[in-house]
Amino acid sequence: METLQFAYDNLSLIGSRALEHIAIVSVAVSIAVLTGVPIGLAITQSKRAADFVLYLASMLITIPSIALFGLMIPLLSPIGYGIGYVPAVIAVILYSQLPIIRNTYTAIADVDPALREAGIGMGMSPLQRLRQVEIPLAMPVIMAGIRTAVVMNIGVTAIAAYIGAGGLGTFISRGISQTDPRQLITGAVAVSILAIAVDLFLAFVQKLLTPKGLATGVAA
Amino acid sequence: MSDVSVDKVAGTAPRLALRGGTGRAYKLGRLIPWLVLIAAVGIWWFTGDTPEDILTYQEDIVYLGGQHIALVAYAGGLALITGIPAGMILSRPAFRRSSEIVLQVFNLGSTIPTLAIIALCMTALGIGTMPAVFGLWMATLLPIVRNTYTGLRNVPKMLIEAAQGMGMTPRQIFWRVEFPNALFVIFSGIRTALAICVGTAPLAFLIGAGGLGELIFTGIALDELPMLLAGVIPTALLAVLTDFIVGQLQYWLVPKGINPLR
Amino acid sequence: MIRLENLTKTFGAAGSGITAVDRVSFEVPEGEICVLLGPSGCGKTTTMKMINRLIEPTSGKVFIDGKDVTHIDPIQLRRSIGYVIQQIGLFPNKTVADNICVVPDLLGWDRKKSRTRAAELLEMVGLQPDTFMKRYPKELSGGQQQRVGVLRALAADAPVMLMDEPFGAIDPINREVIQDEFLRMQKTLRKTVIFVSHDLDEAVKMADKIAIFRAGRLEQFASPEHLLSNPATPFIETFLGTDRSLKLLRLVQVADAMLTPADTVRPEDPVAKARDLMEKSGHPAIIMSNGDGRPGGIILASRITGQGSCREAAEPVRATVPVKVDLRSAVALMFTHDMPVIPCVDEDGKLQGVLTYRSIVRSLANSKIAA
Repeated sequence: METLQFAYDNLSLIGSRALEHIAIVSVAVSIAVLTGVPIGLAITQSKRAADFVLYLASMLITIPSIALFGLMIPLLSPIGYGIGYVPAVIAVILYSQLPIIRNTYTAIADVDPALREAGIGMGMSPLQRLRQVEIPLAMPVIMAGIRTAVVMNIGVTAIAAYIGAGGLGTFISRGISQTDPRQLITGAVAVSILAIAVDLFLAFVQKLLTPKGLATGVAA
Repeated sequence: MSDVSVDKVAGTAPRLALRGGTGRAYKLGRLIPWLVLIAAVGIWWFTGDTPEDILTYQEDIVYLGGQHIALVAYAGGLALITGIPAGMILSRPAFRRSSEIVLQVFNLGSTIPTLAIIALCMTALGIGTMPAVFGLWMATLLPIVRNTYTGLRNVPKMLIEAAQGMGMTPRQIFWRVEFPNALFVIFSGIRTALAICVGTAPLAFLIGAGGLGELIFTGIALDELPMLLAGVIPTALLAVLTDFIVGQLQYWLVPKGINPLR
Repeated sequence: MIRLENLTKTFGAAGSGITAVDRVSFEVPEGEICVLLGPSGCGKTTTMKMINRLIEPTSGKVFIDGKDVTHIDPIQLRRSIGYVIQQIGLFPNKTVADNICVVPDLLGWDRKKSRTRAAELLEMVGLQPDTFMKRYPKELSGGQQQRVGVLRALAADAPVMLMDEPFGAIDPINREVIQDEFLRMQKTLRKTVIFVSHDLDEAVKMADKIAIFRAGRLEQFASPEHLLSNPATPFIETFLGTDRSLKLLRLVQVADAMLTPADTVRPEDPVAKARDLMEKSGHPAIIMSNGDGRPGGIILASRITGQGSCREAAEPVRATVPVKVDLRSAVALMFTHDMPVIPCVDEDGKLQGVLTYRSIVRSLANSKIAA
């Protein structure tokens, strides 16, 4: 009851922190898409490159987020960005690489060779093939990768409150340090709702992006 | 890092599940500890801190590291001995109708940030080791259950039919056909789950369960770089090492005929 | 020996359910292959699965060697029956050897004994045991997998085998090869086989008996020859197709259709003798035999002009047909080389008889009467 009262009294604060949260994740994932998708496309050309890149990315993702934040403090402090928004965004960009690169890579690599051949046979240039055949077919899977990245990084961003990046995690960190269950629960519930809502929304987008002809079973 | 688990349903698309990619990457795996070490040395060099500054925390590292490992071991162990049987039970024909709903809930549950899980555990159970282990267990459980379930469900029907036709008992079908053929997917789930477990373990400090998180969070709060690094480096190493070990187990324990890595 | 008595399977509630198999009875003697044939959904697979009780019959009985299978524990029953499924279903987690030895292992055979047996079996189908025992199914080609699938059913030396479209998943060329291989093995193994198929050509080739199913009922149970020459119902006639006589050709050997002893002339005979013989027999050509008993030439009635010896009138023999092949191959040769009369020879190339179009037609008609 108290918690509800607290949440009600602080609706605008919750709203602005949620926006901070969304801003970090969306800016970072957008940048990650701009880097990850081209990398994913590029590594379809070489199995060795693919193995190496995917391996690096999967190693990155195993590093606990708070440890990554910690590692960035000494690295970014000299240019004055040891804590706050910037390291949070960088961490999210790094964590997003694996799901986005991997899904782009597998989606393109899994395009039926017959379709690719048909494209060549009809005289499409490699670029036309990519635009008209491969990307549309790979779109749902790439989108699934983006969705994975976003949902995962909503969680990462919550922890970024500890390096002063703001967002909904701030309620949790204050709730813990001030032993104030109202803030703590508000934060935990809000960030969970955000994650679930975004997940469902992106699932919907993913469905929209699936070409009508292949509406069945998209591997996430 | 919170949720690698959205690796998802590895069974339907094994290639998506390969965290490392292929066998080749496994050879690269031996490089990892070195890479981390090089990075650490780089940081020292960059910041002008010397290893001695960090090594002043040696005692803390050993003590808190022990706590950290214990937390991961308890929570991970619990998640294994509960999650795998739960996945097995859910995959049985008798539970098929309810299992889909359960899995839906689980999928939704796995989107909940781990910090939120830990925070909620503190509100519900108080502070200390027990709530922390409980929270870690919750966060670790889902991928194990899900992959066990999907792994078993995705064993091709025809294999079960062939086994039946040759006179295997239901128990023999399970242990000789279904389980070994689901093993790779189950291992992928375990790997994901333990990565989450190790990644979340530093947060246990926040609810009074100690661990290496103590050095990290305190280091950040006090802007005490050697202390921070004394927590960060072992934490990262531990995470990478755990993943490496589970990866090796997966590589060697999953029968060659169904192991896409070999 | 397998005997089915009024075997019936109804799915769904009694009364309102769908009858998948309706009072099917037949008997397969020991050592024979019985092909259950029919369009999809005709009940052939259901019938087969009731034999090893993967599906329990609603009513009726199955006897194997006189024993009612419902009185045998289903697990024991299945271990005593070889089973091959269409999708092969090799266990990907087991090696080829372990796959072949699944049932021996279930039965608790000595490991050494069963692996030796697996090696022998592999050798029988031309797969080198040293190379293949330790391989995994994914390392085999489709045809190799198919072979291992069959070997797995043979491993425990069960006298009875159930095969559910066992060669359905491979390309036509490999299928022919594996079919031949299986028939060759069957000659020595003498298993009693129930073989489900939807392919008439396969059925005609493999079967000692064919059971044709339609909508859950047994329409006809007969030998392939009988079936092709005396279809019992209009449905079967349609199912067999308009070219069923061509299929029948496959079942008759040249030796059984050729004219023997063949009229022949010798090279030094006058052409007039050849003409007389042809007029008498009504054949459009006659074979000129060399002194060693081999066909040396062919004299066509339409080409004979004037006098002279046969040697001068003869044309070279463009093809001969071995007596051991089936009529289909013989007819193909006659068409290809435009030979209205073709000499039939034994392994040494000695003339045994001749085949003419008329003799083929007559032998087909005979098999109709006999059947």
